[in-house]
Amino acid sequence: MAASDKALGKISGPVVQAGQCLLFLLRMLSGIRFSGSQILTVLQQTYLIGARSLVIIMICGFFVGMVLSLQSINALEQFGASDQVSLLVVKSLFRELGPVLTALLFAGRAGTSITAEIGLMKATNQIEAMELMAIDPIQRIALPRFVAGVISVPLLTAMFNAMAILGSVVFAIGVMDLDSGIYWSKLQTGVYFQKDFIGGIWKSLVFGGTISLIAVYFGYSARPTGAGVGTATTNTVVLSSVLVLIFDFIMTSFLT
Amino acid sequence: MRANYRVEFASGIFLLLGIAALVWLATRATDYGQDIGKETYSISARFINVGDLRNRAPVKIGGVTVGMVESITLDSVSFEAVVKMSIATRFNEIPSDTGASVLTSGVLGDRYIGLEPGGAPDMLVDGDELFITQSALVLEQIISKYLFNTGSGEKE
Repeated sequence: MAASDKALGKISGPVVQAGQCLLFLLRMLSGIRFSGSQILTVLQQTYLIGARSLVIIMICGFFVGMVLSLQSINALEQFGASDQVSLLVVKSLFRELGPVLTALLFAGRAGTSITAEIGLMKATNQIEAMELMAIDPIQRIALPRFVAGVISVPLLTAMFNAMAILGSVVFAIGVMDLDSGIYWSKLQTGVYFQKDFIGGIWKSLVFGGTISLIAVYFGYSARPTGAGVGTATTNTVVLSSVLVLIFDFIMTSFLT
Repeated sequence: MRANYRVEFASGIFLLLGIAALVWLATRATDYGQDIGKETYSISARFINVGDLRNRAPVKIGGVTVGMVESITLDSVSFEAVVKMSIATRFNEIPSDTGASVLTSGVLGDRYIGLEPGGAPDMLVDGDELFITQSALVLEQIISKYLFNTGSGEKE
């Protein structure tokens, strides 16, 4: 009897957790007030998790753009089609690499810090103290971080893409001496605003929401010990990376 | 208060930078804003075969883009492809006996519509149809014709 209960718990555990996560999201969203102080805290969190992630995103974007053009020029040169490099690089950036890589970097850079911060607040009884003061910690602590994440990820994706295009320009035009006019005109005729660009923004919005929700939820539900916070942080990275890639597939099949 | 101000300033810069990056990407690296202008008039033409002509393909006169393909539909009675094109109003002096053909840029490039202006005194207006049309050359058909011809030639 006990063994079957345990097995049942193993199966129902993730389902229960998903349900708790959903309720957590609803409780958070019900707290949106558009009041001045709330906007202020969202802005502060946007700075902490968005602006502070900017440097790593930009460096990574630059080198991803360089390596993408290096690889694709090598491949395309064999067919005498190295003019197409900008199309290949930018389409793959807008549709896949930009949103996904930014989301993965964001999960590592900002998702972990959100979970650790909230988990530590819980371990040091700050959350309980807030409840005693009749402040809803979900709306005061979790909501601004969640909203800031949803705002930040698309903007970070845009900057990742911009830096990647810059890296690609530096390599393709600067090093490989391709013609810059052809490079840009290929983009302006071949990359579609609706299909490629807007689709990528939708993806990054969904990724931002997913990662931020997982990060705040895991932080909030962490066991209030040092080990508990550590586990929660690890779980945030693992689960949000996996979910980003799963959602990427689902969204791609809807968008195309 | 001082630290608060700096944080707000930095996050404001971040938001502005992000939006600037979005706008730059959208205008420089996509086809957004590459339309032929807001004021257009539409004309149509019927083709037996349009090949792989797509929506938004350019419409050119003498190699200069004057418009784009608006829609491609099939006439359910005559089974011809009806191509609707929108032409920028600044090119409003195209003769009414202009011919249209589906052309290819390069050997394997994209399809586009080439207009060859005629000499009629009256001009095309919104809703007109072009009657002189030439269908797309389908490479496979040409190759198979060529192979078939040489094959039968050798037998005789």
